[in-house]
Amino acid sequence: MENLLSWFPLDLALIAENFDRFLYGVGVTLGLTFLSLALGGAMAVPLAVVRASCHRVLNPVVWVYTYVFRGTPLLVQTYLLYYGAGQFEFVRNSWLWDPVLSQAWWCALIAFTLNTGAYTTELLRGAIADTPKGEVEAAIATGISKRGRLSRIVLPSAFRRAIPAYSNEVIFMLHGSVVASTITLQDILGVGRWLNGRYYLAYEGLITAAVLYFIIVFAITRVFRWLERRYLRHLNRRREPIARNIAPPMGVK
Amino acid sequence: MIRRTLLAAAALAALAALATGALAQDTLRIGVEGAYPPFSYKEADGSLAGFDIEIAKVLCAQMKRECELVEQEWDGMIPALKARKFDAIVASMSITEERKRQIDFSDKYYKTPARVVAPKDSGLQGTAEGLAGKRLGVQRGSTHQCYAEANFPDAEIVLYGTQDEVFRDLTLGRIDAQLSDSLIAQEGFLSKPEGADYAFLPGDHTDVECYGEGVGVAVRKGDDELRNAFSAAITAIRDNGTYKTINDTYFPFDIYGGRPEGM
Repeated sequence: MENLLSWFPLDLALIAENFDRFLYGVGVTLGLTFLSLALGGAMAVPLAVVRASCHRVLNPVVWVYTYVFRGTPLLVQTYLLYYGAGQFEFVRNSWLWDPVLSQAWWCALIAFTLNTGAYTTELLRGAIADTPKGEVEAAIATGISKRGRLSRIVLPSAFRRAIPAYSNEVIFMLHGSVVASTITLQDILGVGRWLNGRYYLAYEGLITAAVLYFIIVFAITRVFRWLERRYLRHLNRRREPIARNIAPPMGVK
Repeated sequence: MIRRTLLAAAALAALAALATGALAQDTLRIGVEGAYPPFSYKEADGSLAGFDIEIAKVLCAQMKRECELVEQEWDGMIPALKARKFDAIVASMSITEERKRQIDFSDKYYKTPARVVAPKDSGLQGTAEGLAGKRLGVQRGSTHQCYAEANFPDAEIVLYGTQDEVFRDLTLGRIDAQLSDSLIAQEGFLSKPEGADYAFLPGDHTDVECYGEGVGVAVRKGDDELRNAFSAAITAIRDNGTYKTINDTYFPFDIYGGRPEGM
């Protein structure tokens, strides 16, 4: 077996031997990514409503938040939290330090949550602003209260229309989670770099990581395709293939 | 007459082309790290300095080659050498069996033992049992990663991109101890104000399997001409006193072979 594989440029045996570590890395990556998406998403709903409103004080405050977190790289945000915050004595002495900011995992989760929260806020704000006028008018005509219009008409409609754009955000967040490996966490890329470092390799760890990310992205796109089919069916009136309306080629009856 | 001038001009042009071609080929690119004081670090103005940097420069002078220093992060060092981003590595890289499967090394140009650093009042022991369950920081892709994983199986090994980050997280209490070259720890951390509350745990770590025979200049596999040139240049600067001059500007003892005094 070893001879058979010796022509192959990758050391597959090493990857197989350490595959349980990669599975652990998958757990860390998925945990960080989906926890931050859940927290950031929950945070984004009220913030998006504020952004879509014309509130004189709150709107600019949320705008500054989304502008700052969308305007700077995730790596910089995470580094500032992990290495930057620890430089200050008062941070190290505060109640936040010991259980939270001294832990790489918490730093990553906080940075990721704030980052995806900012993107999701703007994404939802766009969807809310784009609500078809007719839906709101119909709600007013049926006598639904202002609050009911938001929670039962505008938001559900916006959520549905935001699904395709949000699938991008989920995939970006998954890819962005590699930043965790720069602050000592053993996520998928962290394990890949560990393998490269341990055996002085160039590709094996990175390629294994790439394949694992690829598989996860594939699963995510599948889930979103199902979500879109289920929740966006009402928008898909032109499902008939366009080709059917075109005259058949010459000579074909 | 005109013909002769033309001929001469053509010859000159050819010569010039040859010369620049040869020169371009002659420039030796050397990979260095820049984040491993006192061997390799950056001055306030951003220029590179340190023992490795100066050794690289005098080795080039000794070999009479034009050199260009290329900065490279540590864990991408060997891949970058193999990808021809540069032709040699002068970055405190230890000669080990595992690395020799990927690259070739010149003779060593220094050798110092590794030691564990922990807070003075930690009461830790630098042994497998003593560090069990503790968080031990090492630089990723270093010989210390190899040694730590083989010899401290029950410790949680925490990996960092640079040695600077290891020291920083030690002072922030995110790791209980760190394993690195004793000189690096002494000069880059313990002798500085931020390292005042930290000390070496007793015991040198010198196992040959991970730490190898010392630190050498790395070249691509099969690049024997360059490897031998570096080995010869190392012997030459040891003999002519250049090595000692550089050694003495950084260290109070000869780091070539023996164990540092007082450690």
